[in-house]
Amino acid sequence: MQPELIDHHAEVRARIIRMANQIATFFASKPHDAGVAGVAQHINDFWEPRMRAQLLEIVAEGDAALSAPLGAPALSAPLGAPALSALVRDAAPLVRRPAR
Amino acid sequence: MGLIHDIDYGTPVSSGTTLVTLTIDGREIMVPEGTSVMRASMEAGIQVPKLCATDMVDAFGSCRLCLVEIEGRAGTPASCTTPVAQGMVVHTQTGKLKDIRRGVMELYISDHPLDCLTCAANGDCELQDMAGAVGLRDVRYGYEGDNHVRTRDSSGGLNARYMPKDESNPYFTYDPSKCIVCSRCVRACEDVQGTFALTIEGRGFGSRVSPGMHESFLGSECVSCGACVQACPTATLTEKSVIAIGQPEHSVVTTCAYCGVGCSFKAEMRGQELVRMVPWKDGKANRGHSCVKGRFAYGYASHADRILSPMVRASIHEPWREVTWDEAIAHTASEFRRIQAKHGKQSIGGITSSRCTNEETYLVQKLIRAGFGNNNVDTCARVCHSPTGYGLKQTFGTSAGTQDFDSVEHTDVVILIGANPTDGHPVFASRLKKRLRKGAKLIVIDPRRIDLVRTPHIEAAYHLPLPPGTNVAVLTALAHVIVTEGLMDEKFIRERCDWSEFEGWAEFVSRPENSPEALGMLTGVKPADMRGAARLFATGGNGAIYYGLGVTEHSQGSTTVMAIANLAMATGNIGRKGVGVNPLRGQNNVQGACDMGSFPHELPGYRHVSDDATRETFEKLWGVALDNEPGLRIPNMLDAAVEGTFKGIYIQGEDILQSDPNTRHVAAGLEAMECVVVHDLFLNETANYAHVFLPGSTFLEKDGTFTNAERRINRVRRVMSPKNGFADWEITQKLAQAMGQGWAYTHPSQIMDEIALTTPSFAGVSYALLEQKGSVQWPCNEKAPEGTPIMHMDGFVRGKGQFIITEYVATDERTGPRFPLLLTTGRILSQYNVGAQTRRTANVAWHGEDRLEIHPHDAEQRGVKDGDWVKLASRAGETSLRATITDRVAPGVVYTTFHHPDTQANVITTDHSDWATNCPEYKVTAVQVSPSNGPSRWQEDYNRFANDSRRILAAE
Repeated sequence: MQPELIDHHAEVRARIIRMANQIATFFASKPHDAGVAGVAQHINDFWEPRMRAQLLEIVAEGDAALSAPLGAPALSAPLGAPALSALVRDAAPLVRRPAR
Repeated sequence: MGLIHDIDYGTPVSSGTTLVTLTIDGREIMVPEGTSVMRASMEAGIQVPKLCATDMVDAFGSCRLCLVEIEGRAGTPASCTTPVAQGMVVHTQTGKLKDIRRGVMELYISDHPLDCLTCAANGDCELQDMAGAVGLRDVRYGYEGDNHVRTRDSSGGLNARYMPKDESNPYFTYDPSKCIVCSRCVRACEDVQGTFALTIEGRGFGSRVSPGMHESFLGSECVSCGACVQACPTATLTEKSVIAIGQPEHSVVTTCAYCGVGCSFKAEMRGQELVRMVPWKDGKANRGHSCVKGRFAYGYASHADRILSPMVRASIHEPWREVTWDEAIAHTASEFRRIQAKHGKQSIGGITSSRCTNEETYLVQKLIRAGFGNNNVDTCARVCHSPTGYGLKQTFGTSAGTQDFDSVEHTDVVILIGANPTDGHPVFASRLKKRLRKGAKLIVIDPRRIDLVRTPHIEAAYHLPLPPGTNVAVLTALAHVIVTEGLMDEKFIRERCDWSEFEGWAEFVSRPENSPEALGMLTGVKPADMRGAARLFATGGNGAIYYGLGVTEHSQGSTTVMAIANLAMATGNIGRKGVGVNPLRGQNNVQGACDMGSFPHELPGYRHVSDDATRETFEKLWGVALDNEPGLRIPNMLDAAVEGTFKGIYIQGEDILQSDPNTRHVAAGLEAMECVVVHDLFLNETANYAHVFLPGSTFLEKDGTFTNAERRINRVRRVMSPKNGFADWEITQKLAQAMGQGWAYTHPSQIMDEIALTTPSFAGVSYALLEQKGSVQWPCNEKAPEGTPIMHMDGFVRGKGQFIITEYVATDERTGPRFPLLLTTGRILSQYNVGAQTRRTANVAWHGEDRLEIHPHDAEQRGVKDGDWVKLASRAGETSLRATITDRVAPGVVYTTFHHPDTQANVITTDHSDWATNCPEYKVTAVQVSPSNGPSRWQEDYNRFANDSRRILAAE
């Protein structure tokens, strides 16, 4: 049995974004600061370092894209690809950086 | 050792509180009001002869054997139907009574075969006992008259009254010629099981026990729970195993290894041969009842498919090679160490089993944390009740249900959501039905019209048939009604919960967009029904919520659990008998597996790995430093494997390939690993991708404990030697030793002692205590030395109960033009989970294949007829199975089970999951159904691959 060829990087990226956004959606009904803390704590409690690293990488890519000069080629995903919700971005600085 | 004999008091215990004193045969006895004279006698140690009475059912008074004389009363009343009275003087043995009883027995025996020596009930026959007890020496009527015993009458013509034996049920026979029409079986089917499959047909001498309308047992509504067989005083209903083997000579009390109800059974043995499993009357979960699985479906333990020697292979495309235990263990340890040396400490992990004992699960997580040096441990609770753990911990402070099963006897209104207990948790269902027949009200929230919506003598007050994926919307609508109509229990909330959190929640649920009218538009559930159900639950007395995987296995699984907890707190239904939040756990020890620290973020007792004090407790005892970072969950392990960072796994007793969602993704993950170790009874589907196979032992072959859905720790006792040579805990220990761990457990009780030493909620648990009390519910410690039947009695474990806002969010899995139907999955009574056990028993007589339930409207549109092969396709994959057309499912919804690997329903399910725990969304998959002419290409390929993968080299 051969698994189909899939673009793993894009798949991982989409999955991490979807999972982070799902968490943010739950905490969206809380006041903003409590929501930010809730998202960060949930990720710190349940996400292993590899996944947190993947998330932080996606956040960093997004920041780079935002601060890139006009006309520069986009670093992050192509148009229409899933994006991190604002709440996850706000929570990112509170996400524990993996040591290894 | 000998047989454990339960005392039969003849009639059920009385719930009366006033005590009454009476004299029986000169002995004074005090019993509760409402007790029968028969029961009072038995309590005084006097056994009144009886045939139609047994304490599992109400008195009936038909056999006329238990007559007594009461001073001051005329005649000879039946002791089973006569309640005691203050000062009553009873005589159970007088000349008159002796004559009557002997006459009655004479009549019975004149229509009964005299083949006692060759009868299967020889040695266990109440008719035989009673003939002895009344001193029957002669039958003056002879045996030639009208009878049910002989095929021909005295003139040689056919005897129309004779009926041949019904052997249609795979597990027991019905021999009408031996029946004395005491109707104990009929009453057991009604009172205990609640199926009403049996009746008495005809009248007078023509009366016969009949399954359904003169059908065969297998062809009738009979669910084969075994209650009738247990009730039968003669050989009329007899286990086929007893007919084949003979009467047992000793018995051992143990715990069933099927569902989370955790029934206690007596394993009745002859030497090391299991004769039969009989539900134990003193079992606190089942109170003497059983279902077809626990009672009869144990044949897998001695099935020819069981693998008894360890096996290894270099690649999954090679055949297996049998090796010694030493070689298998040494090979596994060296592979794991090699992988870690090359790919890092985090590159291996393991999965504990919810089917194994607490002690075994504890050892597997210990091996991973201490031996592997990481927290990459998970368990199948990930795919079933992980949202329960998360949701209840957030709201109440403990990751477990709040009640014991006895609690249902005090419940007035039951909300049953996302659970189908008559199939999934049959013994609990029988207890629930008993309560419902006595007047409790039922609200069913389920996409399907499950049996409990309308079944003999039971009808749900409300059925809210919501589309899969909308639980949160409906529960919030119920909360809206309770809050806006002022039906909440304000006193309870003020005293026990966080008031400001409550106010925020109350404001949220009161919003117009959360009203039944608004959410009715979204869910299609009638607003009036939602309002009615909410009012009933809030005002109908003790309200209890029971739920299953139809709640948890959704992208909003954890949110739904919180919504359930909110509803219970808002109505004050927590902390006493008859109320509470009751998750119906799937596997026998899924509660235990969670308690024992099987999750990658938690050490035993639900304590986070980042908590220094907790880690220190274990570090001191184990002599190693523990990782403070959460490890990989099952789906993360598979993702990491595909990414190339996770290379080796030790899987004890779980078949992730068949049971986990999106089979192709699971297969890709397993295929990417270098060392997959499967520790199981059979070459399961996961073993197709394994490099090492370690044969496991059954629950009959080891000592340990299981923890059921009510947090009850029950003993599992070894009744036979492990056919594979070792109990599973011994195998894990060997592997740990080979990896440098100096473990030296010689009995599982020592493992329990270590658990008690390290885990506060288990501090008081020991095998000695379990021996003494039979079972105990955690927390069991200094504060609760005898355990805790009901939690949160005087306050929540977390302090104040926390209301949490539960906003409804639609799942990403949507129907559309390509996939217009919603598939939901579930279980059936006779099969269990992936079917590895039950498919290897005669239970296949009831369910030989998975079927797709489809509404007549959807079927007609697609040209599908009942029994046709259909193709079931989703975004993840496609498979084929046969269709059953039924209006149990709503239009737009289809349903199937996942018991058979040929179907592989999980080829269809997607990798969407619960937001908090990654519990997969099994219950919602957008699909299309179309006619097909047989199994799909994928199924054929997979079968070929599976057959290839199961080759074992012949011994040299």
